Amino acid sequence: MINQQLSGKEMFLPKSEIQSLIDLLRNDGFTVVGPTIDQEAIVYNEIASVDELPRGWTDRQEPGKYRLQKRGDDACFGFVVGPHSWKKYLFPPLTTVASAEKTEAGWQARTPEPDSTRFAFLGVRACELAAIGIQDRVFTEGTYVDPVYAARRRNAFIIAVNCTQAAPTCFCSSMNTGPRCTSGYDLALTELEDGFVIESGSKEGESLVAGLATQDLTSAQITKADSVRQQAVDQQTRHLDTEGIRDVLLTNLSHTRWEEIGDRCLGCTNCTMVCPTCFCSSVEEVADLSGETVERQRHWDSCFNLSFSYMSHGTTRDRISHRYRQWLTHKLASWHDQFDTSGCVGCGRCITWCPVGIDLTEEVAAIRGDGSASATGGAT
Amino acid sequence: MRTVACPSQVVDPWLAHTVRIVSITDEVEGVATYHLEFADADTADSYSFLPGQFNMLYLPGVGEAAISISSDPSAQGTLDHTVRIAGNVTGELARTDVGSTFGLRGPFGSSWPIDDCAGGDVVIVTGGIGLAPLRPAIYEFLNRKSEFGHITLLYGARNPFGMLYTSEYDDWQLRGLNVNTTVDRSSQAWQGNVGVVTQLLDRMPVPDPKKTSVLCCGPEVMMWYTARSALGRRIPKDRIWVSLERNMNCAIGLCGHCQFGPTFVCKDGPVIRYDRVASLLKVEGF
Repeated sequence: MINQQLSGKEMFLPKSEIQSLIDLLRNDGFTVVGPTIDQEAIVYNEIASVDELPRGWTDRQEPGKYRLQKRGDDACFGFVVGPHSWKKYLFPPLTTVASAEKTEAGWQARTPEPDSTRFAFLGVRACELAAIGIQDRVFTEGTYVDPVYAARRRNAFIIAVNCTQAAPTCFCSSMNTGPRCTSGYDLALTELEDGFVIESGSKEGESLVAGLATQDLTSAQITKADSVRQQAVDQQTRHLDTEGIRDVLLTNLSHTRWEEIGDRCLGCTNCTMVCPTCFCSSVEEVADLSGETVERQRHWDSCFNLSFSYMSHGTTRDRISHRYRQWLTHKLASWHDQFDTSGCVGCGRCITWCPVGIDLTEEVAAIRGDGSASATGGAT
Repeated sequence: MRTVACPSQVVDPWLAHTVRIVSITDEVEGVATYHLEFADADTADSYSFLPGQFNMLYLPGVGEAAISISSDPSAQGTLDHTVRIAGNVTGELARTDVGSTFGLRGPFGSSWPIDDCAGGDVVIVTGGIGLAPLRPAIYEFLNRKSEFGHITLLYGARNPFGMLYTSEYDDWQLRGLNVNTTVDRSSQAWQGNVGVVTQLLDRMPVPDPKKTSVLCCGPEVMMWYTARSALGRRIPKDRIWVSLERNMNCAIGLCGHCQFGPTFVCKDGPVIRYDRVASLLKVEGF
C-alpha cells in the first residue's frame, strides 16, 4: 500500500538483476508484462526473460510517424511510449461482462467470477502512472465500480521506469504528470549504463527488493541518475497551455476550427485506441448456434465511430467535426467536471498515431488564439 | 499494490434479473405497455424505483434497451414499461408473448424532483411517448395531492390517435390533474386544441411563477421551446426540469456513449435541471 511507512532508500540494481526481478515476480504467481518488439513497434506483452525487452532500441516519433532505431547501447528502456498502454490489461479490449442461459425457468443471467490474474507491469512511465490513476477514478471511484477493472487493478504490481529521454510528441511537463515518477508505483527504476537506481513505493515493493542483490549507491551514480532524468525534462519541446482550458473549449463550441479539423480528421479512432485514459466501450451479444447461451462481450469503442451516438431517431454526432469536438472537449474540459482531473496525461500517443498527424496541442492553441474574438456559441 | 475501493456495491451492475411478462397493453400504433414481474421473490421485494428512472430491458441474443418505468412507484403490482418499436430490441420485444422471460437491470438514473415541487404549482409538458416517463410522476403528485397547488398536464400528440393512457384521463381529472391536450393534425371527431404544446403553456394562467415547477420530456428542440415559453412566463430557470435522451449502452456511467458535455445522461440524468444543460441544448451535434 502506497502510504505505508517506507525506508525510501534508493539502491543500485546491477543490470543482470533485472532477470532476478522477473523471476521473483513469476515465482510469486505474477504474470509479468513488459515492453517487447512486435511488428516494428515497442508494445506490451507477457515476458519471461530480460532478453525479450527491446534492448538497444529506441523510437523516433513525430506527428503521424513512428520508427524504431538502434541506439548503439544495450539500454532496456531507452525509448519513450509506443501504441500500447497498460489499459490493455486493466481494461481489456475484449471481455465478458455477463452471460445468459435459457433454462426451463426462463432466461437466467450470470456474471463472471472476479478475474484473479495478478499482473506485474514492468516499465510504467510517469505519464502512464497518471493514466492509471485517472482510470482508477473512472472505473472504481464513481457511483458504480467496474468489476473487471477493479479485480485486475487490485492485484497489479507496478514497476515504474523514469524516462531518460523525451520524444518531440511528449508534453507531460505541461500536464504535470511527469517525466519523474513520484507516486503510484511499487518500485521505480532509473536506468544507468550498467544498471538501475531502484526505489520502493510500497511495502510489497520493499520486500521484493530485499530478495535482489542490490548495492549501495555511489555518489557518482546518484548524480548520473539525476542528470539522465533531467534529460527527459530538457528534451521536451511540445507544450499545452492548460490555463483555463475547460472554459476556453466549452465557450468555443461553435469555433470554425472544429470544421477545419473535421476536414483533416479521418475518424479512424486511432487516437482513442492508443490513448491510455479513453474508456469508451460497447457491449455486444454473442450467442451460440442454438441461441440459448449468450455471452455479453464488452469491447473498446470510440466516440469517433458514427454508431457511437446512434439513437433510433438519428445520430447525435453525425459529422467528423462533431466527433472530434466531443473527443477533445471531453478529454480536456468536461473530464474536469466528471472526474476532477484532466483526461490527458501528455503522453503524445494521439499525435504520433494519428495517420494525418493531427496535434491536439496545436488545435487547442488555434482555438485559444482567437478564442475570445470568434466565440459564437456554446456555454457561457 | 493498491487497495481498490469496492464500496457498497455488492451486486455486479452487469447482472440482469429475470422478469416475466404478465400482460401486454396495446396503447397506440407501434406502442405497447409491458407489465412485468420478477421471477425471484427477493428481488421483487427489494426492488424500488423513483419517478423518471429507467431500466435496461435485456433480450438475450438481441441486446439491451433503456426504457423508462411508467408504473406507479408506490403501488404494489407489476413494473410497467411503455415501449415504442424503434430498433432491434424494441422490435423483438413487440414479437414477445405474455409469459416470456427476459432480463432487466435497474433502476438507473435521476428522478423527477417531486419534493422540490411541493408548495407550488406544477406544469407537466410532454408529447407522444414522452408521457411514459412522466406517468409515475403524475401518480406520485396525485398520491400526495395536498402537498401541491395546481397540477397541470400539457400533452401534445401528432394526431388524436397517438395519445397514450387516454382511458386514465378522467380518473386523473377527478383526482385533481388538469389535463390539457393538443394535436398537430386534427381528425374530424377532434374537438380539442390544434397546435404545438408550448402554445398551451403560453396561454395557461401562471399565477405564481416563482413557485411554479415545469417538468418536461420530449425531443430536445421541443424541450428548448418549452423552456423558452416557461421563462417567458417568468418561471425561474432553476424550476424547469427536462429528461434527456442519448444512446445508452451500460447505464452505469462507464461506457461513455450517453455523454452530453459534463453529463452522463444515464447516471447524472435522464432528469436534469434545465439551467445545467441550457447552453448545450442548441449546440448542433453535441
